[in-house]
Amino acid sequence: MARLNVNPTRMELRRLKTRLKTAVRGHKLLKDKADETIRQFMAYVKENKRLREEIETELSLALRSFMLASAVTTSQVLEEAVAMPAFSVELTTAEKNVMGVTVPQIAVKAGDKKELYPYSFASVSSELDGSIANLSELLEKMVKLAEVEKTCNMLADEIEKNRRRVNALEYVMIPQLEETIKYITMKLDENERSNTIRLMKVKTMLEER
Amino acid sequence: MRRGNIAVIGDKDSILAFKAVGVDVYPVRNEFDCADTLKKLARTYAVIFITEDIAEKIPDLLKRYKTRPYPAVIPIPGAQGSTGLGMKGISDDVEKAIGTDILSDK
Repeated sequence: MARLNVNPTRMELRRLKTRLKTAVRGHKLLKDKADETIRQFMAYVKENKRLREEIETELSLALRSFMLASAVTTSQVLEEAVAMPAFSVELTTAEKNVMGVTVPQIAVKAGDKKELYPYSFASVSSELDGSIANLSELLEKMVKLAEVEKTCNMLADEIEKNRRRVNALEYVMIPQLEETIKYITMKLDENERSNTIRLMKVKTMLEER
Repeated sequence: MRRGNIAVIGDKDSILAFKAVGVDVYPVRNEFDCADTLKKLARTYAVIFITEDIAEKIPDLLKRYKTRPYPAVIPIPGAQGSTGLGMKGISDDVEKAIGTDILSDK
């Protein structure tokens, strides 16, 4: 490992020692952060997987019955039937902090569900009723999925970034500092020794006179 | 900036059903249409669902929205059934974070 390009002086040595201390402390903190982030990420990802599996099966079913409904009615009638929804969905959005990452927090603001079906039962087939009832129930779960999946995405990104930082400290910064400190100590010791020898030499020369 | 609604992008057959439950739907025909629509909607919607068969064609654009809190762009299966893109997304996340996919059943 290459050492840093610095002058071997006492001042430099002191400076480097403080830097090393900071680096070691930072490394420890980041490593702890990585452990905790991964723990949280695992919890989120499991939830994400469970939700997605549920939604994928249920949504396919709902959409299939919608397809069946569209097969027995003309497309104009079907479009007309769903054109004016009886209620609207609104979301309340906020942001949450998970291990220093800003993640979304989304909740469905429930509209008044007086009337689920925005059409008359005479014009369309019964498959449509089932499909729409399923979908409106599913919607809340889908919003939850959106929140969890987004959190997973962002946590994964953060974990990757954090790992790079930890590795840079562990395998580059800290060894480099240690090597440089060792080099400066050796150099200073060497200077000390040569100084002593010079003094001894001068002393003998003086005595010989 | 106020955000607070759901949009669905996809082919018309898959997403018309969502209209009945009060979600805004934006039918698109091809991936170019979809990219334009998504860029436009990203400014105002909090959650955008997009059918998997179309989401597959614009991975770069989806990646751009991954690191921001809003909007959440989430692939969902269309009327033709799931293509496995959503599940793959989860595996990718795990692989990115941990280095290996420890959740898959293989």
